[in-house]
Amino acid sequence: MARIEEYRHLNAFIDVFADEALTRAAELDNKKKKGLPCGKLFGVVVGIKDVICYKDHHISAGSAILKGFTSLYSATAIERLLGEDAIIIGNLNCDEFAMGSSNENSAYGNVLNALDPTRVSGGSSGGSAVAVQAGLCMVSLGSDTGGSVRQPADFCGVIGFKPGYGRISRYGLIAYASSFDQIGIFGTNIEDIALLVEIMAGPDEYDSTAARKPVPAFSQLLKDTKKFKIAYFPQSLAHPSLDPEIGMAIRDHLKMLEKEGHTVEPVDFELLDYIVPAYYILTTAEASSNLARYDGVKYGTRTKELVNNLDEFYRKSRSQGFGKEVKRRIMLGTFVLSTGYYDAYYTRAQQVRRRIKEQTDLIFKHFDIIILPTTPAPAFRFGEKSHDAVEMFLADLFTVFANLAGIPAISYPLSKHSNGMPFGIQAMTNQFEELSLLQFSNLSCHPSGTL
Amino acid sequence: MLEQTSGYEVVIGLEVHAQLQTRSKLFCGDGTSYGTPPNTAISPITLGHPGTLPRMNSKAVEHAIRMGLVCHCDISHYNYFARKNYFYPDLPKGYQVSQHTTPICNNGFVKIKAAGKEKKVSLTRIHMEEDAGKSMHDEGGDVTLLDYNRAGTPLIEIVTEPVMNTAEEASAFLTEIRKLVRWIGACDGNMEEGSLRCDANISVRKKGEAKLGTKVEVKNLNSIRNLRKAIEFESARLIDILKNDGKVDQETRSFNADDDTTFSIRTKEDADDYRYFPEPDLSPFSFTQEYINELRAGLPALPEELFQKYTAEYGLPEYDAGILSDDKTLSDYFEKAVRGTKYYKGVANLLLGPVKSWLNDSTKDWSELQVDPAVWPKLVELIDSGKLSFSLAAQKLVPQLIEQNHADPVQLAKAMNLFQDANASDIQNWVEEVLNRMPEKVSEFKKGKKGLLGMFMGEVKKISKGKADPKITNDLLLEKLNQP
Repeated sequence: MARIEEYRHLNAFIDVFADEALTRAAELDNKKKKGLPCGKLFGVVVGIKDVICYKDHHISAGSAILKGFTSLYSATAIERLLGEDAIIIGNLNCDEFAMGSSNENSAYGNVLNALDPTRVSGGSSGGSAVAVQAGLCMVSLGSDTGGSVRQPADFCGVIGFKPGYGRISRYGLIAYASSFDQIGIFGTNIEDIALLVEIMAGPDEYDSTAARKPVPAFSQLLKDTKKFKIAYFPQSLAHPSLDPEIGMAIRDHLKMLEKEGHTVEPVDFELLDYIVPAYYILTTAEASSNLARYDGVKYGTRTKELVNNLDEFYRKSRSQGFGKEVKRRIMLGTFVLSTGYYDAYYTRAQQVRRRIKEQTDLIFKHFDIIILPTTPAPAFRFGEKSHDAVEMFLADLFTVFANLAGIPAISYPLSKHSNGMPFGIQAMTNQFEELSLLQFSNLSCHPSGTL
Repeated sequence: MLEQTSGYEVVIGLEVHAQLQTRSKLFCGDGTSYGTPPNTAISPITLGHPGTLPRMNSKAVEHAIRMGLVCHCDISHYNYFARKNYFYPDLPKGYQVSQHTTPICNNGFVKIKAAGKEKKVSLTRIHMEEDAGKSMHDEGGDVTLLDYNRAGTPLIEIVTEPVMNTAEEASAFLTEIRKLVRWIGACDGNMEEGSLRCDANISVRKKGEAKLGTKVEVKNLNSIRNLRKAIEFESARLIDILKNDGKVDQETRSFNADDDTTFSIRTKEDADDYRYFPEPDLSPFSFTQEYINELRAGLPALPEELFQKYTAEYGLPEYDAGILSDDKTLSDYFEKAVRGTKYYKGVANLLLGPVKSWLNDSTKDWSELQVDPAVWPKLVELIDSGKLSFSLAAQKLVPQLIEQNHADPVQLAKAMNLFQDANASDIQNWVEEVLNRMPEKVSEFKKGKKGLLGMFMGEVKKISKGKADPKITNDLLLEKLNQP
């Protein structure tokens, strides 16, 4: 608690459930004293991104439109964590409705990078990354629609893991883009992450898109390992946007992996340039519909001004409630779904997504792992990119791929840039191959430690 | 009307919404019963709270497939939902989850009878969707009240091709659909409560023209009468426009039941762009042919099949067969009554005669009939044995059987002292008494006015209080009257 107070200026938390966490900790101690069985997460302190519902607690998705809203139920993932005796310590700051890559779009203000407070935390799960980076909780939950867990993990020098689509129930996760969203985990070591995924994953009658596949005991199988067949895309390492220091570090890492007996091969992937456009068309389309429910009628905030008709009520409530980036994406999404533009944008983007999925399947016929950079560059300074939305979008190039393909992906710390900031590397496996991804990461990732 | 429409052809297509009879909503566990206090059948899912997701109700899918089978549709094995996006306060999520673009049932037809002719009305599709809540604007004050109980209730929408030409055909179609949804238990068919609602697409063209005229859509017709009146009004209005060389606007109209007219609510120019796209929160779902076959096997016999069975197998007149096969509760009851017996006609006569009159008199319907169906063949046996006349049974015994929920007609008839006196000498006495009382009539009969026999029969029946067996009475009367 003292540490959370000490690092309050980083603005990682929106709400700290201090009293409640202490009460729960006391209850858990009691339970242990009585010799009652303890859960797998006994006393583990978990922070949750402000997009994951926790019954009777405030949740706002970092948006003014939900200020003061209290959830009536808990997300399935939260229920499962609580069932294993975890302690939920608070709500973590994020970009509004998980839209952004720098955590500069929150109604609660920016989250500062603990290593350099003039730099961004990354986004959208910036608060979740910084909370783990600064040791304010042991693990945290974020959500990853296009890199929102892996990119801030990279910027903050921690591990960020996104399971494959459908592994963890989305029930209780505020939707940005339903067919991309997935709850992800921040941590400082693979064991913690494996244990959390193991607990949260699995079928859920409240989410028809949650996979019915059985969940392996990830945490116990981490050491059962093998030599991996690793693919990388030369185009990605030669990409003009990639910082040369990062490119170099990745090449060195691949060489090291080869030396350790893994197979490393270049694979041609021509669809790289289509990834970002397809991603932004599909996610904004879904978002424009997912965010229609925030209309000031049933809950959340509504305009306080007098209105003459229903249209004006909607326009004012939504214009005042949503921030700039959210409005931009709602308008973009509405546009790509409109009659006359639908086929040129939405339908084409769906086709691109299908091709990406097919090509990815093909690669995984021959390889276990795909390696990509996580981000083109390390954490930037506040305001440096926020003027140029397109540049910001393009920086998502390497992370959105896994969401389009629906596959698991991880970013683990790799090295430190000459500017002093850490950066990571990204690894991916085929759908439902979380186990080999965690095993591989456990081999190659060297625990970063927090501040 | 006929004169007015000559030279023009009215073309009608219908969209019928039926609320499915499921215990819970299409995508969550909230209840669906009508008339619960406002905003009590709701949960975070119904209200579209942040983070909630829909859950498929398999019972609703079952109803939709069954309705498709009954209407001879092709059933899609692979299905998914789409979102229809629009803003309205009673639509909690800002979109309606619907199968509008990929219906579960395609093609098919429904047979109707109108103006004495049978017609097959082709269907375009039957699809599933969720209902919206209700807005109430007229509760006093400058406010709109919202009730979300209905939001998320599963619906099927049955859409016809533009193949009907008269209000009569359209009403016959809606009547038939109401019968079918009730028959298979998919919907209670209650139009007043809005469980069954209808929109009509109406256009008019010159006779012989191949191209359809510009259509208007009349929304939310909540009775068969209103459907008929709306079509009559619109047909006349559209023909009038064409006659005066006017141009029909493509528009959506509403029906005013106070004066049976329609009025425009929006034109095509300000039509919404619903931006349909596949619902990403619900996994596509598919089912096997075996599953469909299973549902088919579980369907109740349909009116048409029953009519066939009643006329061909049971030897009932078409009229009786028609009535018995028109109402599921009645036909179920009838089937139970005749099970294991051959008294088809006898039981039909009782049910469609005295039992039906009793129901009419007490303003009840067949579902409220409590008495054991097995009582009717017993009563038929009793009448056939000659111990009890049909008319006495009908007037006296049947109402008591029903009201006392009595299982044994013999016992009850005995208790009511209804048995016809089989003693021929009693009848002999009554016959003589009657004939002695009216010598003029007797001589008229003897002179050839044979029609008076009925009158004598009636007199005997009267003084015997119905206990005289009609056959014996008849024989004895003729015997006496034919004596020289």
